[in-house]
Amino acid sequence: MIPELGHFALILALAIAIVQAIIPGMGLLCRRADWMAVAKPAALLQFALVLIAYGALTYSFIVHDFSVLYVANTSNSELPLIYRISGVWGAHEGSLLLWVFILSTWTAILAIYSKRYPVDMGAGVISVLGFISIGFILFTIFTSNPFLRHFPAPIDGADLNPLLQDPVMAIHPPMLYMGYVGFAVPFAFAIVALVQGRLDTAWARWVRPWALTAWVCLTGGITLGSWWAYYELGWGGWWFWDPVENASFMPWLTGTALIHSLAVTEKRHALRNWTILLAIISFSLSLLGTFLVRSGVLTSVHAFASDPTRGVFVLAFLGLVVGISLSLFAYRAWQLRTLTPFSLVSREMALLSNSVLLLVTMLTVLLGTHYPLILDALGGGKISVGPPYFNSVFIPLMIPVVFLVAIGSLIRWREDSVSTLIKQLRTPAVLAIVFASVLSLLLPGKASFTAWFALLLAFWVINSCYVQLLQRLRHSHSLMQGLRKTPRGWYGMILAHIGLGFTVVGIALSSVYSQEQDVHMVKGDDRTLGEYRFELVDVERITGPNYQADMGTIRIYKNEKELMTLHPEKRIYNVRKNVMTEAAIHSNLLRDLYVSLGEQRNIDTGAWSVRLYYKPFILWIWLGGLFMVLGGLLAVTDKRYRLEVKQEKIKLDANHAPAS
Amino acid sequence: MPQPAENQSPEQKPKRWVYLLPLGLFAVLMVFFFFGLGLNPRLLPSPLIGQPAPEFSLPKLSNANELFQHTDLKGEISLLNIWATWCTSCRQEHPVLMKIAKSKQVPIYGLYYKDVPDQGVVWLQNYGNPYRENAVDEDGKVGIEWGAYGTPETFLIDQDGIIRYKHVGPISWNDWETKLLPMINSLRNNNDV
Amino acid sequence: MTSRLTSFCLMLFFVTAVPAEIAGFPFESETQEQRFRDLSSELRCLVCQNQSLADSNAGLAQDLRSELYQQVLTGNSNNQIISFMTERYGDFILYKPRFATKTLLLWLAPILLFIVGIFCLIRFSKFKNQGQQTQVNEEELQKIRALLQAEEEKQ
Repeated sequence: MIPELGHFALILALAIAIVQAIIPGMGLLCRRADWMAVAKPAALLQFALVLIAYGALTYSFIVHDFSVLYVANTSNSELPLIYRISGVWGAHEGSLLLWVFILSTWTAILAIYSKRYPVDMGAGVISVLGFISIGFILFTIFTSNPFLRHFPAPIDGADLNPLLQDPVMAIHPPMLYMGYVGFAVPFAFAIVALVQGRLDTAWARWVRPWALTAWVCLTGGITLGSWWAYYELGWGGWWFWDPVENASFMPWLTGTALIHSLAVTEKRHALRNWTILLAIISFSLSLLGTFLVRSGVLTSVHAFASDPTRGVFVLAFLGLVVGISLSLFAYRAWQLRTLTPFSLVSREMALLSNSVLLLVTMLTVLLGTHYPLILDALGGGKISVGPPYFNSVFIPLMIPVVFLVAIGSLIRWREDSVSTLIKQLRTPAVLAIVFASVLSLLLPGKASFTAWFALLLAFWVINSCYVQLLQRLRHSHSLMQGLRKTPRGWYGMILAHIGLGFTVVGIALSSVYSQEQDVHMVKGDDRTLGEYRFELVDVERITGPNYQADMGTIRIYKNEKELMTLHPEKRIYNVRKNVMTEAAIHSNLLRDLYVSLGEQRNIDTGAWSVRLYYKPFILWIWLGGLFMVLGGLLAVTDKRYRLEVKQEKIKLDANHAPAS
Repeated sequence: MPQPAENQSPEQKPKRWVYLLPLGLFAVLMVFFFFGLGLNPRLLPSPLIGQPAPEFSLPKLSNANELFQHTDLKGEISLLNIWATWCTSCRQEHPVLMKIAKSKQVPIYGLYYKDVPDQGVVWLQNYGNPYRENAVDEDGKVGIEWGAYGTPETFLIDQDGIIRYKHVGPISWNDWETKLLPMINSLRNNNDV
Repeated sequence: MTSRLTSFCLMLFFVTAVPAEIAGFPFESETQEQRFRDLSSELRCLVCQNQSLADSNAGLAQDLRSELYQQVLTGNSNNQIISFMTERYGDFILYKPRFATKTLLLWLAPILLFIVGIFCLIRFSKFKNQGQQTQVNEEELQKIRALLQAEEEKQ
């Protein structure tokens, strides 16, 4: 009964989404306030209905209702409660429902805060979001209904993919989706701006917190995903340039460009079309990601089981949404273009340069990801484009980006002189050279130019941050007052830029100085990695809640003093019989010690294959991600976004006064 | 209505077609996606097609003292099937191979891949033996020579020992009738001419 | 010369300079080990499809690793090893596509895009410069400043 209720609620939600899309949309075009007034209640009602549907599916998971096909395929009676809740998005159908749920949640939040926007803007945005809802609810109901029953119900379910039975994996997908879907809001604002021809600094101020929120979620999602891959997949990698990773990274690149371009539009009324374009592209790339994951056109470790009908549906939807919005852009943006002057040496220019570079990077990643597909479609045979390619093109493109970060945050708006800029940047530059040189000498291992250069870039960014702080304080009466008067958005920016520096350091140092051994060991064997000695003490059989495992005991010594004991596991899950490596990691800010247990190579000698890694500073990669998230959150809560607009009176026909 | 833009001086601004660029790029991408939906990214063409069968010399499954060599594949159109007892899809393919063997259209040779010889003998006794002969590739080295990446894989080899076609995954009866058999027939006809 | 010198110095100070073992394969020299590492991370595992040979635990990946190991020990050049692999498995096995006619666009696109990006930027900023003297925007800026000031004071 409950699944049917959920199914029914979803169908009702579709009906409401249609109302939500069409009536306020018509109201916007015909300037009728009573029609626009439908937006808020419709958005809230749609949210409530999707919540019921989502709750119904979660309920079916919790009570082990295996008569529901989706539950039977992705759950099992042995599955712990937390993974039954996260199992809802453990496969295609449920994750799509999560997509719909998050979209309706964002819409509802927007509706609740709609007082902050003029009536017509709010209604228009809710209408555009309604159209997107329609597409995704249709997709869910017709090609991927999670509420379908099958008879007879199996006694037990096929279990959740063991890779997903992990606490981080339980929060990574919703986080990522909140980011993906979050970009629907700036997108909707962009569409309404194009339709209305209203593109002012206030518009940019309304969009900024939404773009930032989406960016924060996406950053968080990507960071978590990368961390998860690092500890779960068992070979110490944290980014593989896999098509699905790229699918989440591309909107991140343009989203980053968007939040900076929005700053220019808000402060200087410039780059308006550029901002609009970035908002459209960011959401388009989110949709593209959905298409890539669910259509099977590219091979990926993360892809859902592919299904051609689903592929066709998403492709058609993608074509429709992106095609219409880019056509609208081509038609209207040209009419809306304006000239707000700024010089070659100005903050506008620095931010614009960086967003152009980010867009170029995105296009490169896009091309690399799809090149095998393009070549195959042209009959050019199968090739692979993998990490060696992406690293060799991505890193050179990122160097100027990171370099410009420091300049972009120091340089003055409109026009600045090169000499003042040099004067300001001299100290951070010299300090960066000193710090980088000293640190790279202190690092164990060979002196490396890469490491030195990465440290230089990172310190360049970090140093420029406190130079800015000093500048700000110099202009205020007292230290405390200066700190207090500085808006949160500014602190957020500083925090995020420092985070970027951390990530650069983490990536460079861990890749330059990592050491690894992939060895066969019998009990009592030991291997040395750097100053650490790893001894395989024992491997024993243990039983977990829904798996059996071989658990290794590895003792680590430093200078012949026992440092710690790690327990990597090799698990075999009872239902799916998947073999999973659970690496054991000891992290601190200086280094990670990473041990993963492979297969037993030789039963007679008892040799196990073991991978040992020493990865210095790798934690900084994700620490940087965390800083970026915190910075973004700080900026979102800046008080200037909480302003409510004085509701402009819309010129109404006398007969169509709003009901309230 | 669009706001009248300040400082409008059209000749200095990007031309209209620039605004069409994103749409154009997107349209191209969509075309590739559309064709991409019909392609299988997991299916890899073999670079060995049109090449002579790789050289090898391996013990026979029926008799470990005798050798089976690449030269044995010459003189007659044949199939070489890479299989193992640990391979579940091979089990699924097996009845089709039996049927092909029974049709006597073409001899099937086996490359018994990364498996223990005794188990293979028992397996063939239990389920039936479609193979004329099996070569035992215990360490998988010859499999690498043939570019094997997923069992079962089947090669079509012509009279001169040249590889003509590779099928990855289990052969279905439909594959046999629509792909392999017509190719075998045309190879025969060409040779007769 | 300098690199040989540094590696010699490092041999004196760090125990780790002894060639490590990979997948149970002992190496004779550090160069061999490094070549093995580089090659195995540039070759794609065909079974698992999105892992390199170095990262994969699949059976075929292990076999190909041991093939690679043998060839590195024998002293085959990187080109020889790569053509050995592509003759059997095709270009698909290369994670770093070869620079060829069909990958021309792939390799040149980043540079082209970069140049186009820079070109657009400069063009764009040029005509922005010409509009510098306009008073409208200065006024507007003043207005915005005043508004922001007012807002800040309100809170």
